[in-house]
Amino acid sequence: MIKLSQRLLGPVTLVSLALTFWLGLWVTPPDVVQGDLVRLLYVHPPIAWVALYVSFGTATIASCLYLWRRTRSDVMDRLAYCAMEISVVFIALTLITGSIWGRPTWGVWWAWDARLTSTAILGVFALAYLALRRANDDPALRARRSAVFAILTAINVPIIHFSVQWWKTLHQGASVLTSNGTLNVHGSMLWAMLLGFLGFTLLFFWLLRYRYRLEVKRDLATANTVDEALALRQREGV
Amino acid sequence: MTRIAWLVATKDLRIEVRSRVLLWQVLPFGVIALLLSGLALGPTQAGNSTAGPGLFYLVTLFVTLLMINRSQALENAPGTRASVATLGLDPAGIFLGKALALTIELWITGLVLLAGSVVVLHTALIGTVHALPSVLVTLATLAVAGTLYGALTQGGDGPATLLPVLTLPAFAPLLIAGERSFSAALHGGALWEWWVIVVVALVAYTAVGILLYGVLEES
Repeated sequence: MIKLSQRLLGPVTLVSLALTFWLGLWVTPPDVVQGDLVRLLYVHPPIAWVALYVSFGTATIASCLYLWRRTRSDVMDRLAYCAMEISVVFIALTLITGSIWGRPTWGVWWAWDARLTSTAILGVFALAYLALRRANDDPALRARRSAVFAILTAINVPIIHFSVQWWKTLHQGASVLTSNGTLNVHGSMLWAMLLGFLGFTLLFFWLLRYRYRLEVKRDLATANTVDEALALRQREGV
Repeated sequence: MTRIAWLVATKDLRIEVRSRVLLWQVLPFGVIALLLSGLALGPTQAGNSTAGPGLFYLVTLFVTLLMINRSQALENAPGTRASVATLGLDPAGIFLGKALALTIELWITGLVLLAGSVVVLHTALIGTVHALPSVLVTLATLAVAGTLYGALTQGGDGPATLLPVLTLPAFAPLLIAGERSFSAALHGGALWEWWVIVVVALVAYTAVGILLYGVLEES
């Protein structure tokens, strides 16, 4: 069952993303105010959703599980690392797609808006996480420090989420649901957006699966290299 | 926990008093950086600019980074961390003690830099006095967060040069909040929302530090 779902993950991801692009580019109508620019919104909020909540959530939960002694394992450490690495890509995509939408709408590529700034700060945090991992060679020390740093970093996520309510700057509020729980989007536009959320979430897990496998192979290769080096030195009589 | 915190704090402060690194190295650096900030504005702008609070916090940031590295380096001598670990001290107490010592050092530095900004950047004296509570709370938050981030980059193979990369994203909201509070005290404006950020961050970093500092000290 698990193998079947893993095998289906790739095709389902591709189909849902293809459907999103088809609905977004051809089926849905232009917006009354934004015109064709609205089509970017079938992509930007889902990417931001993956960047902020799915990938950072995965990294934080895996880090917490690593720090908890009962569930501490290399699996959790690798999972947190891979999720954080993918989040860097999605945060960059969030900022890029937002910037492309912002130029014609707001008149600028970048504004010192609370949500934009806090998202950029989160991106720097994610890069700092990767830098921290590279700075520590001892696997146990690296895993512990990275886990603590990931948890510290996650404090920024609620700040980003509520920034549009707390500071009321340029960025608009929630895209799909209002604070009252009523829908902001309807009809084919709603379906395009929901499919976008599903497609990009699946894409994250698909990428995570392959990145994780790559990390396992890299760990094995490193271990083998050390063993081979030790064997070579022993053969040399050192 | 409080007893250990007090012991660690007095130990760190005693080392500081004897070595006088704060007095002869950090404070002169801060004053020079403040002077250079004034020079950057130019003689006509230095007295009229509203950049005083921002420049004060920029210099404070540089000084804080130096002080965090200094605070963590106290245990960097060979065998010190191992011997501290064998004492079986509560890690939460160690964290609170180091954070308290760093807070006191930053408060001293902050007071000197505030006086310097009144003289060099011509920030209003009354407004600066009104800003004092927010400055002290912001510096305490920087110290608590800095103690936690400092522990991430010390010992082992973690180079201390990584500290700015890790801390700057975390310090950015605190510095913005501190600067806005300082500006509000000088020129008027909303104050409470910036206070909330700093106080919530202080509580959050203290809680995380108490819970997780032990993990960082594990060997």
